[in-house]
Amino acid sequence: MRIRIRHETTYRYAEPPRTAVQHLRLTPRSHDGQHVVDWRIDVDRDCRLVQSEDAFGNTLHRFSVDGPLESISTVVEGEVTTFDMAGVVSGAVERFPPVLFMRDTPLTTPSAAICDFASETTSKESGTLSKLHALLGAIHESLTFDAAATHSGTTAAECFEHRKGVCQDFSHLFIACARGIGAPARYVSGYFLSSDAEDQVAGHAWAEAYVEDLGWVAFDPTHGVAPQENHVRVAIALDYLGAAPIRGAHSGGGGETLEVKVRVAPAAAFSQSQSQSQ
Amino acid sequence: MDSRITQFDELAGADGRTRAPYRKLSQWLAETPPELLASRREQAELLFRRIGITFAVYGAQEATERLIPFDILPRILSRSEWTTLEKGLIQRVTALNAFLADIYGAGEILRAGIVPADIVYRNPAYCPDMAGRRVPFDIYVHIAGVDIVRTDDQGFFVLEDNARTPSGVSYMLENREVMMRLFPELFALHRVAPIENYPDELLATLRSVAPQRANGDPTIVLMTPGQYNSAFYEHSFLADKLGVELVEGRDLFVRDDVVYMRTTEGPRRVDVIYRRIDDDFLDPLCFRPDSALGVAGLMGAYQSGNVTLANAVGAGAADDKAMYTYMPDIIKFYLGEAPLLQNVPTFRCRETEALTYVLDHLDELVVKEVNGSGGYGMLVGPHATRAQIEEFRAKLKAHPQNFIAQPTLALSTCPIAMASGVAPRHVDLRPFVLQGANGARVVPGGLTRVAMTEKSLVVNSSQGGGTKDTWVIDDAWSAEEAMGQA
Repeated sequence: MRIRIRHETTYRYAEPPRTAVQHLRLTPRSHDGQHVVDWRIDVDRDCRLVQSEDAFGNTLHRFSVDGPLESISTVVEGEVTTFDMAGVVSGAVERFPPVLFMRDTPLTTPSAAICDFASETTSKESGTLSKLHALLGAIHESLTFDAAATHSGTTAAECFEHRKGVCQDFSHLFIACARGIGAPARYVSGYFLSSDAEDQVAGHAWAEAYVEDLGWVAFDPTHGVAPQENHVRVAIALDYLGAAPIRGAHSGGGGETLEVKVRVAPAAAFSQSQSQSQ
Repeated sequence: MDSRITQFDELAGADGRTRAPYRKLSQWLAETPPELLASRREQAELLFRRIGITFAVYGAQEATERLIPFDILPRILSRSEWTTLEKGLIQRVTALNAFLADIYGAGEILRAGIVPADIVYRNPAYCPDMAGRRVPFDIYVHIAGVDIVRTDDQGFFVLEDNARTPSGVSYMLENREVMMRLFPELFALHRVAPIENYPDELLATLRSVAPQRANGDPTIVLMTPGQYNSAFYEHSFLADKLGVELVEGRDLFVRDDVVYMRTTEGPRRVDVIYRRIDDDFLDPLCFRPDSALGVAGLMGAYQSGNVTLANAVGAGAADDKAMYTYMPDIIKFYLGEAPLLQNVPTFRCRETEALTYVLDHLDELVVKEVNGSGGYGMLVGPHATRAQIEEFRAKLKAHPQNFIAQPTLALSTCPIAMASGVAPRHVDLRPFVLQGANGARVVPGGLTRVAMTEKSLVVNSSQGGGTKDTWVIDDAWSAEEAMGQA
């Protein structure tokens, strides 16, 4: 499937900062399940955008700008062709053995309640893959999507306590459970082509877990599905922090507000709707 | 290694005959009236109060800063003992460094199956951001503080490798300064090897690893987490001795992968950062996002080779207590040599058999958390209450991989001077090993930590331990002795 994406992030400051530094993980790479047809990245400030690869092989852009800055806006736009691989991720950059993804992080450390949930959910299943599918279903069932309930620093344990959250929280919980039952697991940030809404307020996130003989397999606990053609994979990491689309810091100033506009649409429909809006 | 054997006193020796390095001190002590010792103790206390060496203790109810107890009797090593130790330390730190270059590079030791890959990759101190990158001159461990103990006349044991941001060197330097003021007569009796050159050696080490563009005249800074850090005194002391700026994260900024320091004359480019701040807090864009102590973009500058950090980011992957158990193999693997300093035999609780043994012998063993430090999260079996032992039993059963256990060592003792007289107390030693592009070296001495309470084996300053000046003396006594016998 050909998917077109436009993702605009704008930081505005009530008091303009002197300088700002940002790290962007907004550029997808090709692998067996997706081919990046074209992609561009723009920052609306005069700066040198340095491209590199991060620890996990994600494409990373860094820049620093001098102020005073009233706003910084970053736009990425491009087209990706996706293929149904039944959730199996192959041909991607793998810089570490799966065991690295057994590490707990502050955001994904399982609480006693999570450990119990994970072992109860999977006790009747045999084999890692079916255990993971059981977790996928159980997390999708037991959590309510609620954008107001959590924030970017919410841990898996906190989310599980309230049984509410967004895709980031669903994914952290899945990762904590998967590691809890001995399966290496990692966080994926990317985009999701929804049949409901082209215009979205954020990117998407899901998880991948390692299954012997299959390799890395993707699970989307927010939607309760194994990703097929609707997911565009951008960055992986141990948790949200390592894969976050934008991490930034500024010195001086304050009163930061953030606006995100994401449009994900089938390539044909996208150009149509865009030309209409112009 | 048996805890029941008689403990070794470094002055009295095993047979009660004063050991050669202590002969002059022993004689001097015999001739010195107790009142004089008492007055020198008071003077020492006054001097330290004036200098202002304090140490913040985490979790303490009362004053958060207090004076570390100082004992006025020197701990003495002979030159030949030191030579053995020095060779062993340099060997050890060279191997630690080679190990780090390997696990962040080709990973040969993992492929060879010498060290299990999961221990390395699951270690929170292993920094994925450092994988596949080289650091200037391949040096990761610029400053190491290796904790050494002895149990007899023969060898030295390494208790712990500290390859992150080891502290204590300011006490080594201050203790010497105070001792020289208090006991000129003792220095006249002994040929004590100087340690005052440590700041010069440290500076030379830091200069040697500067990026090429610094053209031999690098700007070096010492980066501290700030005045609330327990070692802040040491940070400001060292910056002063080194003649470099003491900075906090907010004094630095990164522009286009270059680190600058804010100065009254405008931004100044920084080449080397001797950082006394943990990896997690270095850069909020790479590590903890809530860290207000670090510098946004620092890792980018580091990875671009525009600034050198000492010690390297991720160096803690080598000094983990689980990794410690593999050090003898690590030394053999990279250097093809047998270790000159012994490891304390250690049970890896992650291994089922070892765990069973440990659980059955908790009252005899010392149990340590793999990632703990400063004597926190540690059980000293023979001195623990039943409740403490049961608490650790539960912890061990829940997370065996987080613990190692060691036999309770009969740590050597040294005399200390107390109000009630001279008495032996357990000691350890932390020498500071420097490693730069200009080679590795150790100033002859270190920080001797002493358990001030009788029979206590815990020497950590956070647990009430004190310090002593450490002397390496020339073996002139042996020549005299030989003459005496002739």
